[in-house]
Amino acid sequence: MTALSPVEAEPLLYNTTSNRPNPMYDKTIAEQSRALASGEISSVELTQTYLDRIRLFDGDINSFITVTEALALEQAAAADQRRAAGDANAMTGIPVAHKDLFCTQGVKTSCGSKMLDNFIAPYESTVTGKFRDAGAVMLGKTNMDEFAMGSSNENSHYGPVKNPWDKSAIPGGSSGGSAAAVAAQLAAGATGTDTGGSIRQPASHCGITGMKPTYGRVSRWGMVAYASSLDQAGPMTRSAEDAAIMLNTMAGFDNQDSTCLDHEVPDYTATLNDSLEGLTIGLPKEYFAAGLDSEVEQQIRNAIAEYEKLGANVKEVSLPNARLCIPAYYVIAPAEASSNLSRFDGVRFGHRCEDPKDLMDLYIRSRSEGFGEEVKRRIIVGTYALSAGYYDAYYRKAQQIRRLIRDDFLNAFKECDVIMGPNAPTSAFDIGSMSNDPVAMYLSDIYTLSVNLAGLPGLSVPAGMANQRPVGLQIIGQHFDEARLLNIGHRFQQATDWHQKSPALV
Amino acid sequence: MAIDASGVKKVAKLARLSIDDDAVEVTAATISSILELVDSMQAVDTLGVEPLAHPLDAIQRLRPDQVTEENQREQLQGCAPAVEEGLFLVPRVIE
Amino acid sequence: MQWETVIGLEIHVQLATKTKIFSGASTAFGAAPNTQACAVDLGLPGILPVVNEEAINMAIKFGLGIDADINKVNVFERKNYFYPDLPKGYQTTQLEKPIVGAGHVDITLADGSTKSIRIHHAHLEEDAGKSLHEDFHGMSGIDLNRAGTPLIEIVTEPDLRNAEEAVAFAKKLHSIVTTLGICDGDMSQGSMRFDVNVSVRPKGQQEFGTRTETKNLNSFKFMEAAILKEVERQIDLIEDGGTVIQETRLYNGDTGEARSMRSKEEANDYRYFPCPDLLPVIIDDSRLEKLKTEMPEMPDAKKARFIADFGLSDYDAEILSADQGTANYFEATVHASDDAKLSANWIMGELSRSLNQNSIAISASPVTADMLGGLIKRIKDNTISGKIAKEVFEVLWQGECSTADAVIEKKGLKQVTDTGAIEAMIDDVLANNTQQVENYRVAEEDKRGKMIGFFVGQCMKASKGKANPGMVNQILKQKLDG
Repeated sequence: MTALSPVEAEPLLYNTTSNRPNPMYDKTIAEQSRALASGEISSVELTQTYLDRIRLFDGDINSFITVTEALALEQAAAADQRRAAGDANAMTGIPVAHKDLFCTQGVKTSCGSKMLDNFIAPYESTVTGKFRDAGAVMLGKTNMDEFAMGSSNENSHYGPVKNPWDKSAIPGGSSGGSAAAVAAQLAAGATGTDTGGSIRQPASHCGITGMKPTYGRVSRWGMVAYASSLDQAGPMTRSAEDAAIMLNTMAGFDNQDSTCLDHEVPDYTATLNDSLEGLTIGLPKEYFAAGLDSEVEQQIRNAIAEYEKLGANVKEVSLPNARLCIPAYYVIAPAEASSNLSRFDGVRFGHRCEDPKDLMDLYIRSRSEGFGEEVKRRIIVGTYALSAGYYDAYYRKAQQIRRLIRDDFLNAFKECDVIMGPNAPTSAFDIGSMSNDPVAMYLSDIYTLSVNLAGLPGLSVPAGMANQRPVGLQIIGQHFDEARLLNIGHRFQQATDWHQKSPALV
Repeated sequence: MAIDASGVKKVAKLARLSIDDDAVEVTAATISSILELVDSMQAVDTLGVEPLAHPLDAIQRLRPDQVTEENQREQLQGCAPAVEEGLFLVPRVIE
Repeated sequence: MQWETVIGLEIHVQLATKTKIFSGASTAFGAAPNTQACAVDLGLPGILPVVNEEAINMAIKFGLGIDADINKVNVFERKNYFYPDLPKGYQTTQLEKPIVGAGHVDITLADGSTKSIRIHHAHLEEDAGKSLHEDFHGMSGIDLNRAGTPLIEIVTEPDLRNAEEAVAFAKKLHSIVTTLGICDGDMSQGSMRFDVNVSVRPKGQQEFGTRTETKNLNSFKFMEAAILKEVERQIDLIEDGGTVIQETRLYNGDTGEARSMRSKEEANDYRYFPCPDLLPVIIDDSRLEKLKTEMPEMPDAKKARFIADFGLSDYDAEILSADQGTANYFEATVHASDDAKLSANWIMGELSRSLNQNSIAISASPVTADMLGGLIKRIKDNTISGKIAKEVFEVLWQGECSTADAVIEKKGLKQVTDTGAIEAMIDDVLANNTQQVENYRVAEEDKRGKMIGFFVGQCMKASKGKANPGMVNQILKQKLDG
């Protein structure tokens, strides 16, 4: 990518100057959609704006692995035609980015790994296919922790992603590229995937809105698997309303995914403005205990106070097995991953070592060269957990605990409508500060993992700053309660402006 | 549960991964610390608890027995590292 | 010392579905390499399996066919190991909750007695691809067309005691799966493959000896030979002071040689766990009831009916009920000819000889059951003799005509039954063989029976085989004895 010096760039590409307040890239998908509909702007212009901004700013942020410039402009032109023909929906012509683990036909799909550096997907994932069919424009594929394993986006073959709010900080992971791209206004919205917090935590760290839907709400077809029973795709946007718009496109039954559920998809935008009067918010006492950064806690408590002003009631609930989510997750996810990643063997696709001397050599060198450290680590942990004599003590035990964790939530939901808390114990930490201590990094997933284990929907909305870095409020709902979560997020965003803040890029 | 260097090597081989000799000790220590983390599960009484495979306890849907896939060999082998006469090539398989 | 052999079998049966167990790719045999391997079969990143309903139904039918329990909750598990013909690095199979529980298959032994062989269980799984070892610059080529073909793996208890029993069992199993229509039974294409676990022990000893497993035998003949060879090897080994080691062996049917499979010696740890991409398959009562109504008559019931309804011998009934194609053909022939005994004789004689010589399945026979039935009818009503019938059959086989009547008409093979014509012919024969007539008349009574054959032969020759042999005999006797 040729870096364009900021001084040469068009002033309209900046949000640091005030000569054009609220330029198009600073608008939400909802606003852009209206501007496209009124003819105020064309998709080609909007797309070009983002492509220019990517060229200007992403050399530093590193949120994209692949920018599909020509394809994007082609899709934008088609979207404009479609709009002119009266065949448009809210996503038609909106430039989005996809996490680089969604297979996109004819476009490199790397999963942030050297293993798939040469992989041009021969088919389209259901999620990206739905956006394509809706007429959305794909700007490119975003950076991520290799095979979605990580909480900091430092585990990428393509280098770490920087947090646009503070480039010495991590953006969170594993959907760090998508979060950073949306925060830096390099895309109107992005897709992410969340196996243990990989949408909510980077959304929180980057000051954007991110939703992990109910397990089975969105098809996993064409999404390179990390941990099959936990992975779920969701939207990463600048507002809850935008998340609703994107989820309208993403959600739905897919007969190619056995775990995808045939459950009616409502119009998620229809109930955004419903009243919160009488809403009961549960605060798990285990989420406000030792280990939570006081500044983060303060922002969360402020946000909850805001909800009380909106008519909600607050009560303490308990998730007694909450702390067990870490051991359960760090058995189930690596175990499934160790098996899911066996297909990367240098035979049919992906990295293959030079001149293998025999089969064993082909396997061992191809895999050892192709996978990074964290991926290898998790494959070894998962292989160990499944190996003879350990299955019952590890995988089966973890799946039993998984039921206890889910049942805790089901019990809590007898007393409240939604659960709120932090996404992470701290705001974004510094790049490199935890990379030598995987266990410490795993422990920081404490508030997000159990939502995946229980298959629940979770939403993160920007709720303030802690230590000069963004903090998100996590809202957890009952199965298939995405519409209510988005409503709750939207009403908060009507009352606050945290989601409208954006980092100054130079 | 701790794992030593030879244990790590054995598991790595099962997973078809190699670990450099000079990194084995460190890897064993890291893996041991992860295992120690997950071992906290062992204190929990889960007697009689059914393992949870799908969070909504959903059941498998069945597919009608109809051919839906056409030959796409050219496309699907587009990224294959070594192909000849439509076959994927590997070092000789000895049975 | 007296030795006893103990044999247990594991049989892989390819189910006759149109598509793979987890993908919509065709299972048809013989396609160009990798043209029937879709993204799912290749294990490409991001792809997901969905279970084929017909594979479930066929496995249930097998269970119903062997009086087995059908497990209501079915879980697919992953068996993890690396091999080039296993694209995902794991085989999706069943371990703890197989679809078919304990059942039994009854076999008939040479002495006519029956023995019940217990089935431990049968589970559903996906087949692997194939490694081709032709020389690609010292490399092997991998064809994944077969990958994902649905299999049931049937596991017996170690109830078989010799190669003969094992073969009888294998044939019976073949008969069951083809009758059920869940397998095409074509062993030359690998539709049924046998793994044979063999051990020996001193007669009378309770504990089993150490067993070896000989894998992938794809014909009854090879299976028998492999068992005989392995039993001999084990006994020789023990008698020479050695011990049998548990190992996987390979038998080459073409050379008759067996050897240890070194590549499988490495201790494997398959790390089974429930496949997280698939959910439990629940088999409800309505499915079971519906499948029960679709069950065909099983070979044992059919055999009993053939004996009761058609008066067949035990032996004939066993052969004719053994596979669905033969049984159907037999019943259709009886229907067309109204003669079970002649139908049985013709099917087990002339027809099966021609089918075997030309390696044709009975379902593809150029002489259909209707054609054979029509032929038998003409034997019964004396239009043709049994000998001419063979000629007619040959013409039908060659495809020159489509009914026996057309052959008889076209070739003028209608039997001569006109007394006058036969008498005239006999008079000619007697006039031309006066010496033989003289000899006959002076011969002892008990020699005459044999001597009359000469005159019958002459008459048949003169009539080009068309004279009714019964009438020829009768009239000759009158004239000679006259």
